[in-house]
Amino acid sequence: MSKMHLKLTVNGEAHELLAEPRELLIHVIRERLNLTGPHIGCETSHCGACTVDMNGRSVKSCTVFAAQANGAEITTIEGIGAPGALHPLQEAFREHHGLQCGFCTPGMITRAYRFLQENPSPSEAEVRMGMAGNLCRCTGYQNIVKAILSAAAEMNTVKEAAE
Amino acid sequence: MIPAAFEYHRPTDLAAALATLGEFGDEARVVAGGHSLIPMMKLRMAEIGHVVDLQDIADLKGIRIDGTAVWIGAMTTQHELIGHQGLAAAAPILRETALQIADPQVRYVGTIGGNVANGDPGNDMPALMQCLDATFTLAGPNGSREVAARDFYEGAYVTLREDDEILTGIRFEATGGGQAYEKQKRKIGDYATAAAAAILKKDGTSCSAASIAMTNLSDMPVWSKAAGDALVGTACAAADIDAAVAAALGDISPNADNRGPVEFKRHVAGIIIRRAIEQAWARA
Repeated sequence: MSKMHLKLTVNGEAHELLAEPRELLIHVIRERLNLTGPHIGCETSHCGACTVDMNGRSVKSCTVFAAQANGAEITTIEGIGAPGALHPLQEAFREHHGLQCGFCTPGMITRAYRFLQENPSPSEAEVRMGMAGNLCRCTGYQNIVKAILSAAAEMNTVKEAAE
Repeated sequence: MIPAAFEYHRPTDLAAALATLGEFGDEARVVAGGHSLIPMMKLRMAEIGHVVDLQDIADLKGIRIDGTAVWIGAMTTQHELIGHQGLAAAAPILRETALQIADPQVRYVGTIGGNVANGDPGNDMPALMQCLDATFTLAGPNGSREVAARDFYEGAYVTLREDDEILTGIRFEATGGGQAYEKQKRKIGDYATAAAAAILKKDGTSCSAASIAMTNLSDMPVWSKAAGDALVGTACAAADIDAAVAAALGDISPNADNRGPVEFKRHVAGIIIRRAIEQAWARA
């Protein structure tokens, strides 16, 4: 089966590669681009560990063919913050103990990153609805919700100070 | 899980998409959001030789509201339905239903066209489309035809759409009324154990029109004319609603599965249908 020429912009960087159409986006991201932040959890589009931002939408990259992503702009957890320059969401997850084993965390934060752009001042109930596609099996959701609410407040304070 | 190999096509107009379907016949399938098809391909329960991605076909996108006439392009995502203010005013039940489908990530990519065309009895939009008396447009090699949502479904995954046709859009008349979609599911992301759509119109104190449809309670969506008839002309008092629920339960044939045995499903269905009717009447 012939390979396709794919162009992807990932974390602001342009990539060109050859891939079979059946390759899943998560495999291209992890194995070709060596960005191992997004995780493979359930592989059945339930758990959200593989969440990346694609063209301004949170998607489960285990259920997207790389071919469908041809031409897309993608952000992974690696593009959201970096060691020494953490995103407010990353700081808040650390501060509020929003992770334990950490497996779900890249997906959680990548989803929360998009959610807060759509709803910068959410209620607790809205956070729970907005994060409903990401499962955590150890910390529980209480501290994850707390972290996202705290990050939202922090980001709003920074935005107001800048205006 | 890696699916079997396939050729990928991304046509930029409907004619090219139809030509590809015509060329490859039942080896080809269109993909919209892909969140029904791709998991089946990964499990190798579906082997598709040619995947025809519809994402670049502009004619399949958008929402148009002209008075009471509503048209929704097949490639409109659940997320777009939820965020559309005009639609929320014209037919709020669409937003209420879409919000109960899957989870945010799936709603960003899942489309209304895929939801109605797939024929999965677990999908929520087919029953809603029957409740709204919507019409589907199917484009094929010999032009377009229209099929009523109430006639479209023949069984699980079996619809009146031919292999060489693409469902391009949905239209319906938004004629108001109190509207409600109630759904019982075990968890976020699951299909309904039972779900029901109700649209009721009120004239003074009595019900002047009623439409009731149900999800995942048979091999296909069920529109219950008898349930609606039981309410029309009544004040939707407790006994009237009892009669409508009984009529609706008479039209379903749920299957036992991992959501429970038939008796349990009928029990949940009774509660959900009642809630949908009561909620719609309260909003009428």
